[in-house]
Amino acid sequence: MPKDLSIKKVIVIGSGPIIIGQAAEFDYAGTQACKALREEGIEVVLLNSNPATIMTDDDVADRVYIQPLNVNSLKYIIERERPDGILAAIGGQTGLNLVTEAYNDGILDKYNVRVLGTSIYAIRKAEDRKSFKDLMSEIDEPIAKSEITDNLDDAVKIAKNIGFPVVIRPAYTLAGTGGGFANDEDELKNVVYQGLAASPINQVLIEKSLFGEKEIEFEVMRDSNDTAITICSMENVDPVGIHTGDSIVVAPAQTLTDKDYQKLRSASLKIIRALKIEGGCNVQFSFNPKTKEYAVIEVNPRVSRSSALASKAAGYPIAKVTAKIAIGLQLHEILNYVTGKTKASFEPTLDYVVVKIPKWPFDKFGYADRKLGTQMKATGEVMAIDRSFESAFLKALVCLEGNVISFRSEKHEKMNREQLIERLKVADDGRIYAISSALRKDFSVEELHKLTQIDKWFLYKFQNIIKTERELYTEKFSVELLQKAESMGFTDEEISSLTGKPKFIIDTLRRAHNVYPVHKIVDTCAAEFEAQTPYYYSTYEEDDENIISNDEKVVVIGSGPVRIGQGIEFDYCSVHAIQGIKENNCESIIINNNPETVSTDFDIADKLYFEPLFIEDVSNVLRQELPKGVILQFGGQTALNLAPKLSERGIPILGTSVASINVAEDRKRFEMLLSELKIKQPKSTAVTKIEEALKAASKISYPVLLRPSYVTGGRAMKVVFNDKELIEYMREAVQISPEYPVAVDQYIEGKEFEVDVVCDKNDILIPGIMEHIERSGIHSGDSFCVYPPQTLSETVIKKALDFSKKIARALQVIGLMNIQFIAKDDDVYVIEVNPRASRTVPMMSKITKVPMVKLAINIMFAKSLKSQGYGTGLLPKTNLVAVKAPVFSFQKLTDVDIALNAEMKSTGEVLGIDNCYEKALIKAFMASGTPFVEKGKVLVSVRKKDLDESISIIQKLQDLGFTVLAGECNKKFFDEKGINVELIDKSNTSEIARQIKSGEIKMIFNLPEKDGNTNAPDFKLRKLSVVYKIPCFTCQDTIREYLKAWEYRLSNPYLDYKTIEEYIK
Amino acid sequence: MSKAKILLENGIILDAEANLNDKTVLGELVFNTAMTGYQEILTDPSYASQIVVMTYPLIGNYGVEKDFAVSKKIQVSAFIIKENSETPLDGVMSLSDYLLSNDILCLTNVDTRKITKIIRSTGSINCLITTGEITDKHRKMLAEYEFPKNVVELSSEKKTEKFPAIGEKIADFALIDYGVKSSIVEQLRLAGADVTVFPYDVSAETILSGNFDAVMLSNGAGNPKDVNINTIKNIIGKLPLFGICLGHQLIALASGGDTFKLKFGHRGANHPVINLETGKVFISSQNHGFAVDEKSLPPTATITHKNVNDGTVEGFCDKSKKIICVQFHPEATPGPEDAREIFKNWVKSVSRENAHA
Repeated sequence: MPKDLSIKKVIVIGSGPIIIGQAAEFDYAGTQACKALREEGIEVVLLNSNPATIMTDDDVADRVYIQPLNVNSLKYIIERERPDGILAAIGGQTGLNLVTEAYNDGILDKYNVRVLGTSIYAIRKAEDRKSFKDLMSEIDEPIAKSEITDNLDDAVKIAKNIGFPVVIRPAYTLAGTGGGFANDEDELKNVVYQGLAASPINQVLIEKSLFGEKEIEFEVMRDSNDTAITICSMENVDPVGIHTGDSIVVAPAQTLTDKDYQKLRSASLKIIRALKIEGGCNVQFSFNPKTKEYAVIEVNPRVSRSSALASKAAGYPIAKVTAKIAIGLQLHEILNYVTGKTKASFEPTLDYVVVKIPKWPFDKFGYADRKLGTQMKATGEVMAIDRSFESAFLKALVCLEGNVISFRSEKHEKMNREQLIERLKVADDGRIYAISSALRKDFSVEELHKLTQIDKWFLYKFQNIIKTERELYTEKFSVELLQKAESMGFTDEEISSLTGKPKFIIDTLRRAHNVYPVHKIVDTCAAEFEAQTPYYYSTYEEDDENIISNDEKVVVIGSGPVRIGQGIEFDYCSVHAIQGIKENNCESIIINNNPETVSTDFDIADKLYFEPLFIEDVSNVLRQELPKGVILQFGGQTALNLAPKLSERGIPILGTSVASINVAEDRKRFEMLLSELKIKQPKSTAVTKIEEALKAASKISYPVLLRPSYVTGGRAMKVVFNDKELIEYMREAVQISPEYPVAVDQYIEGKEFEVDVVCDKNDILIPGIMEHIERSGIHSGDSFCVYPPQTLSETVIKKALDFSKKIARALQVIGLMNIQFIAKDDDVYVIEVNPRASRTVPMMSKITKVPMVKLAINIMFAKSLKSQGYGTGLLPKTNLVAVKAPVFSFQKLTDVDIALNAEMKSTGEVLGIDNCYEKALIKAFMASGTPFVEKGKVLVSVRKKDLDESISIIQKLQDLGFTVLAGECNKKFFDEKGINVELIDKSNTSEIARQIKSGEIKMIFNLPEKDGNTNAPDFKLRKLSVVYKIPCFTCQDTIREYLKAWEYRLSNPYLDYKTIEEYIK
Repeated sequence: MSKAKILLENGIILDAEANLNDKTVLGELVFNTAMTGYQEILTDPSYASQIVVMTYPLIGNYGVEKDFAVSKKIQVSAFIIKENSETPLDGVMSLSDYLLSNDILCLTNVDTRKITKIIRSTGSINCLITTGEITDKHRKMLAEYEFPKNVVELSSEKKTEKFPAIGEKIADFALIDYGVKSSIVEQLRLAGADVTVFPYDVSAETILSGNFDAVMLSNGAGNPKDVNINTIKNIIGKLPLFGICLGHQLIALASGGDTFKLKFGHRGANHPVINLETGKVFISSQNHGFAVDEKSLPPTATITHKNVNDGTVEGFCDKSKKIICVQFHPEATPGPEDAREIFKNWVKSVSRENAHA
């Protein structure tokens, strides 16, 4: 059937802020879907609260609503837009939940909005554990023995009946939030308790554990005519029991015979048909290699992280095709975009191996529980492609950028046999290195298999790597050996360290014998048909398929995996950079390795190289392409870190010079620059030794802010109050990277604000200033911020503009720069300059309508800022007020302290926009998932030094009708001030938990003495707020604004939800 | 491991490693894009006299099992893969041992994607593989090489054998073996047919006097025009006639239609076929170098299936002559099982119960 002509206008629902389990993959899916619909002449209206996305760009949809994702906003928008259909299946769980809710509320019926693609019926069937179970038994598909319950007592009975170990899965949650394993009754009670709380419908499934079996996934598509095909199979290297988002995954499945493969393939087609899904769907199986039996673990009736991975792995754009199916097209009517000739109704066949490795945030949260289980913890992932498993795997390791350029971590190398055995039993982020260390210590594959349950095929492949490593270490170095090691994926650096041969010898050998990789094409069809797509990976083989044009070309270095501090914003910037290059009639090339993103969609750049962002891999591309230049300033710190190495190799870097980058990044030189420019800055000393740090701190006087140079996302940044804390910090920092100094900064408590500046060598343009709501000391990524500034004086703004100009000129910045300031009274201090695009660029570009990245690119193409028509200096503010709110993933990282500090913890952001600050604030809170609670009790626990300041907040709470509870010390203080608060025993965690659960305690206000101390009663309070999802404020500025919004709502209950353009007017 | 060279008809020489010494093999070079099922491919008689290149780079991962073979021996002349990625398997035979024990030359460490692209652009191509150096003698051998016209004779069973239905018997099938995959016989039996397998040169009289409900023409290797179709001509219209792959092509020829050689054939497990009656597409296992010319078929024939990629005929029926046949492989092994239902439908359609009703 051709497309349904009755659908003229469609509303697409995005997935909102980035959280663990729902990341950049939905920007990729959403962007593809919008484009696919518009290609068919359909008017697209988009709702998403996440401003850092490409999908919320003006040119992606006809009208973009950056508004909270809730029924109220959706209803408002549907009422004014009157779409014919709604597309829910590309907005992740958030999108599905919202559409389901709107459906239940009758909104869709009332306005005649059809749910396109997968129906609400299918969503319910797949998502509700019970109906899914019934359906599976109806169609005779095996699932693990399980039962559903809504209470603890039944849970115990069920588990005993099924037999331990069991898995607990809460209904309707993201990435298995609140789920887990239980080996006995005690563990069961704990997990069920959490699981019931996490489930919006208070329901958990207790299931027989299939721990240790193979985990296989299929991505499946179906159209309205019941044609169903599989796009890609994937096999988790880690066995069942570890969330697929936390598993190393390989595509296609490697260890299944054709018979078993077809068995699972047929089962997934049967399931997608039974669910009547129209579009993409993901089916997960466990497979027992001994009995050859399988069980269906889970079905996601929508596009997902796995479908993004499968799309990139197979070259088949699942989200795009899903959107086409949603409007009635059938698979054989949709083009295969890669070949340009064949149709979408075929199954991709791969002639390479794809390995995905998750990126975890544990490097930032040293104290967090690193154990992996059914709850996803990774923030992002990398993907590598090659013609052998070993090389795809080694490349993927290098993509992670964890200072690791080989299958080796020093920490695990130092472990002895016994220690390794312990580490191997536990799946955590480092287990893969425990395996390599164990192989070096001659553990047998058999032994490793028993300890890890990882299929022996993979373990033997790992052993191959170690064998070659040994050859490099022991045998005479030869071209043959070099060739072998290179094609297995070893880096030159590792080869050099193993052989003891200096890099120049390896370079010479490579050059003399032409030991360089060729590039091959990802074409969905194993070369059966000619491909139109310029999607490349490197491999050491004979035939080079790379077509190098004679056109002028520019290479953009992407930002790699999504991590805390370097998220989707940089992908946004990379995509805009590519668009900008194209607009300058130049060939655009991107190198990146994140399968979730828009930038790695094969139709974004003129050429896509899926490679590690490691200097050797990047050089291999550049050696062939010989571009006019490389652009580093949009790929976050990852790309910028390549600057010195590329410049050493004589590669032209477009934009700010490497010398200037070095000045901005090197604290000492930067300090000198600012004093030359007579710009105030916090006193600062760079130190490398503990003694120096102590001396510096006493000179500056406590508190001081400690931070290493060359960082991103405030990694390991910390405010310390005394010698003891300082020594503790320095010990760790020195251990991590002894070669880089640590800065000891004066801590100035004041108003923080920041600007993104577009610069050519003469002029600057600041589209707007963002004022942080939280005071200095809290990482800018974790603070609320508002545009335009609400409290900064004219003097402060003038000074900031002046400083920005001076810095831009002094550093001869070309392109983008981000400057962070502190204002204390009318004094303005510069605390940081980043000579690159920052996290706020997408957001500011959207709310000021200044396409900053494109202006920057034009400047690199020698167009002056003035000539571009956006003006210079600080642009006047408009009627729009925008409040950015941070969004955290504490539900997933259960041991991470939620108290805000100088280290960034948020994973995403949302934007509240309006004409009025309070309304924008209300929207920001709503969109970030901080509900406006009803009146009730507020538990308060404030550190000594801030008690005075907290009085006004306590009074405000009471004025608004809240009852304030406080512990003994706090109560004593408030009593003395004549403020009446109720006493609560803070150490009685179970009583507090009861009151929270019963709904008596509505929120928590906690300013801890010291964060990160997991034994402190305050830490337990904060953790309770996460478990029971009640607001918990750890900074007085946040709660003050929250209460402001809370109060404003009472007299102004009506909100409108319009587009940015409408508010600007 | 020894060094080996591949000499292509167009003069290109490629280096590889070989599992055997002192071997020289000639054959038609074809590629298969399936990612699993290497053992089924090796034993598929339709590959007789062909040298198969696997496009998926890692072959050998899960070893070899007796059940997976679709004929009694390895049928390919030689096997070319990027990497034999086998690892020790507990009690399961490895691909290397399997090839060795069958004395089949297997090349590794060669750019299989490059070979695939050559075949894609030049079309199916003859080649010579030798574990020595390429000499003029080799060039001459290759130049003079012709694909054996009697390949069907070589791969067909010589004697008649009867296999009982698995489960309840509802029909009696005669199957003419042009190099049949055992899984076709198995699927017919599972669908309730007693299957009597006859050699390729069986006479029409033998079949017509055998009290069969239907005749199935099997898959097989080579050019359909090299096969004697007199028997088929004499059966047409007298008994329901089914065909798969070569069988389908032979029915077309026997009905007065024509076949032609595809540029490089369809070999893989991902080929989309549209059922023209329902408009539904399914994914099929395919292995053929020739196709039926749509326009050549008699007006009584109806095209039932087409390939979505290139529009070639994937199946037709002729009710007037009780013919139904398909180009793809509904028995799978290797490949998708999407079309397995066909066997049940076919057997049921000629079952005696049905005939009475």
